[in-house]
Amino acid sequence: MKQRKHLFQLGGLAALIAVVAIPLSWNAKAFDFGGLSFGRSTHALPALPVIPRDTEGLLVKSLLEITQGQTHAALDTLDEVLRIAPNFKLAHLVRGDLLMAHAREINGFGGAPDASSEAISDFRAEARVRLERYLSRQNDENIPQYLWQLDREQQHVIVVDTSKSRLYLYRNDNGKPQYVADYYVTVGRNGTEKWKEGDKRTPLGIYVAGTQLPQKKLPDFYGAAAYPLNYPNEWDQHQGKNGHGIWLHGTPSNTYSRPPRASDGCVVMTNPDLKALAPILQNGKTPVVIVQGPQTATSEQLSAEKDDLMHTLEAWRQAWESQDSERYLAHYAQDFFGPGRNFDSWAQEKRRIQAAGVPAKITLSNVSVFRYPDDARQMAVVNFDQDYKSNNLNNQMRKRQYWVLENKHWKILYEGAA
Amino acid sequence: MPIRASMLAALLLTVLFIASPTVKADDLKDISQLVNQGQDTQALDRVNSYLSGHPGDVQGQFIKGVILAELNKPNDAIKIFSGITEKHPELPEPYNNLAVLYADQGQYEKARRALEQAIKTHPSYATAHENLGDVYAKMATDAYDKALQLDKNNTRTQTKLAMVKELFSSSGRPLPVVAKTETPTKVATATPAPVLEAPAKPVVTPAPPVAPTPSPVAAPEPAKSVVQPVSEPAKPAKDKAEPASAASVHEQKVAVEEAVQGWAKAWSAKNVDGYLAYYGTGFKVPNGDSRHAWEKSRRERISAPASIKVELSGIKIKMDDDGNRATVSFHQSYRAGEVAKRTSKSLVLKKGGSKWFIEQELTDR
Repeated sequence: MKQRKHLFQLGGLAALIAVVAIPLSWNAKAFDFGGLSFGRSTHALPALPVIPRDTEGLLVKSLLEITQGQTHAALDTLDEVLRIAPNFKLAHLVRGDLLMAHAREINGFGGAPDASSEAISDFRAEARVRLERYLSRQNDENIPQYLWQLDREQQHVIVVDTSKSRLYLYRNDNGKPQYVADYYVTVGRNGTEKWKEGDKRTPLGIYVAGTQLPQKKLPDFYGAAAYPLNYPNEWDQHQGKNGHGIWLHGTPSNTYSRPPRASDGCVVMTNPDLKALAPILQNGKTPVVIVQGPQTATSEQLSAEKDDLMHTLEAWRQAWESQDSERYLAHYAQDFFGPGRNFDSWAQEKRRIQAAGVPAKITLSNVSVFRYPDDARQMAVVNFDQDYKSNNLNNQMRKRQYWVLENKHWKILYEGAA
Repeated sequence: MPIRASMLAALLLTVLFIASPTVKADDLKDISQLVNQGQDTQALDRVNSYLSGHPGDVQGQFIKGVILAELNKPNDAIKIFSGITEKHPELPEPYNNLAVLYADQGQYEKARRALEQAIKTHPSYATAHENLGDVYAKMATDAYDKALQLDKNNTRTQTKLAMVKELFSSSGRPLPVVAKTETPTKVATATPAPVLEAPAKPVVTPAPPVAPTPSPVAAPEPAKSVVQPVSEPAKPAKDKAEPASAASVHEQKVAVEEAVQGWAKAWSAKNVDGYLAYYGTGFKVPNGDSRHAWEKSRRERISAPASIKVELSGIKIKMDDDGNRATVSFHQSYRAGEVAKRTSKSLVLKKGGSKWFIEQELTDR
């Protein structure tokens, strides 16, 4: 009798976790743990052994153990989680469910009676993203496709995929991103595409994590550290987006993590995870690309686009060297903008300077190219060191350009100092 | 404290009579009687002198443990019961009592381990199973509390926090177990007096078999009444608008609810006759069985478990226009030993004289 009841109850909990994990078609039966496959199309994972024994890995392990009916093992695993992270509320909740299932029939995930449904759905969302991380492919190959080329200053690059509440860390391997690690993050309560002050959204775009804000002045709310992002960037400002204070920061001391969507727009990590990133973020130059899922273009398309862009960049350089204003200006978009300039004022000035026809030697080096996460327009951001030598000017600077793909041709949308 | 304490008393008797030779039994019986009369201090003196004559006597020790618990000396009591479990690991009762004391102190892990020991020695020990369920529920509640206390720095969550806290703590959300009828923490007082007069012949271990209900799909589930105000009937103030009828509908509803709660209470008390009396002569026996066969099966089912707890919540009452019939729907939480079920149920009641009788019992699927 006892056995029976527990099986029944845990069946309910397991089914719930399965539902938590996969929004639609999955149910408990879709899991085939005996055969060590999770049943999700082609990307079957070997079962428990591959899960790292870190805090999140252990939580996931406990959830999978529950779906396998190994409740005692699951409790032990959760105890281990809570030894590492005593404030991990999601782990407490799951543990509560497991214990309650011993006492009486529970109605599903987050059985705490009288808990607000908002709190429970927050926990459910956190459980889902954390579990999905392990049930899907280990590394999402589509994410680094935003990183077309890294320059030598960029030892590491961060990509935040808001659709998965995940922060990916890549290191620079001869200009190519190499996956290092990924972490759970919290983003804006109201989602992404920040537009204005107070909308509690996280911006999508390319930013830089600046130097750490002075620790002493930070309230506990921001946790272990805070690194400001340069939102609104040039493109944001041009579009009229406003607001400020979008940071990458930690978690208050009373909790291990926050729900997937809970911040006022900041990207929030657990304190242990943020501390792990501290040596990397220390230089105040780490690019942070905030995206919402992978790009819709195929990798072939993206690769062709990238080659086009690199050719066009070179063509632009040559046109400029030749001081042929019309050829040079043909590389600029009609809605071009620069600091205090539009296309007409830019063209006017360039024609005036280039009329003299003084030959110049221009070299671009240390080039980085990122695909810009913008749904409406195909864009890229290019940074480079520019060395301009002519008889009357000798100038070196770091430059940033936003490029836009118009009628299959890359055009410069923005140009200014980086 | 959710833990059933009255079972300490029962246990005491169990142990008393299991193997007690008559001479000793007389002494111990007297001591138990003292305990029963609330004369714990005298009882303690007596048991101490008894134990000096019978050092290491397990029954004497056990009673002493109970008395100490009664005297609110939990640590001393724990020492005694721990000692017994060391010498007699085969006895489940000392483990059980240890668990009760640990649980009282909020040491649920220890309580759990003790109860698991008790069950290990006697897998069918219903009280330990029940207590274990309660300990788990308590641990779960602790875990939930930890999960749900939210960021205090965040104003939004702060409001949420305050609300949750209130629901958990101040409004005393009844743990499923708290609503038990037993007196909370008292240990031995509930010793049923008659048993003491009983002859010294070893009572066949009263520890009843655990919830022998055959299949979990057992038909109607037992339940126990939660003290619940009439489910928001028409507010008296508003009644003034339509004086006569509204007021009488209100009265009718109160009467209907009383009947339904009485039915659940009788069920919880395992008062089979009282329970069956709520079913009217016109009761539609489920599955086309005969009334006789149905009554027999109900009698068996209700008698079988060691205890039954039926709680009703979310009671909604719909009166027919003529006021002679009412449909009552509610959530029923049933618990008997290891069996716990929640169902949604509807009862159709018909007025017979001044009383209401169940005419139909429908379990929502």
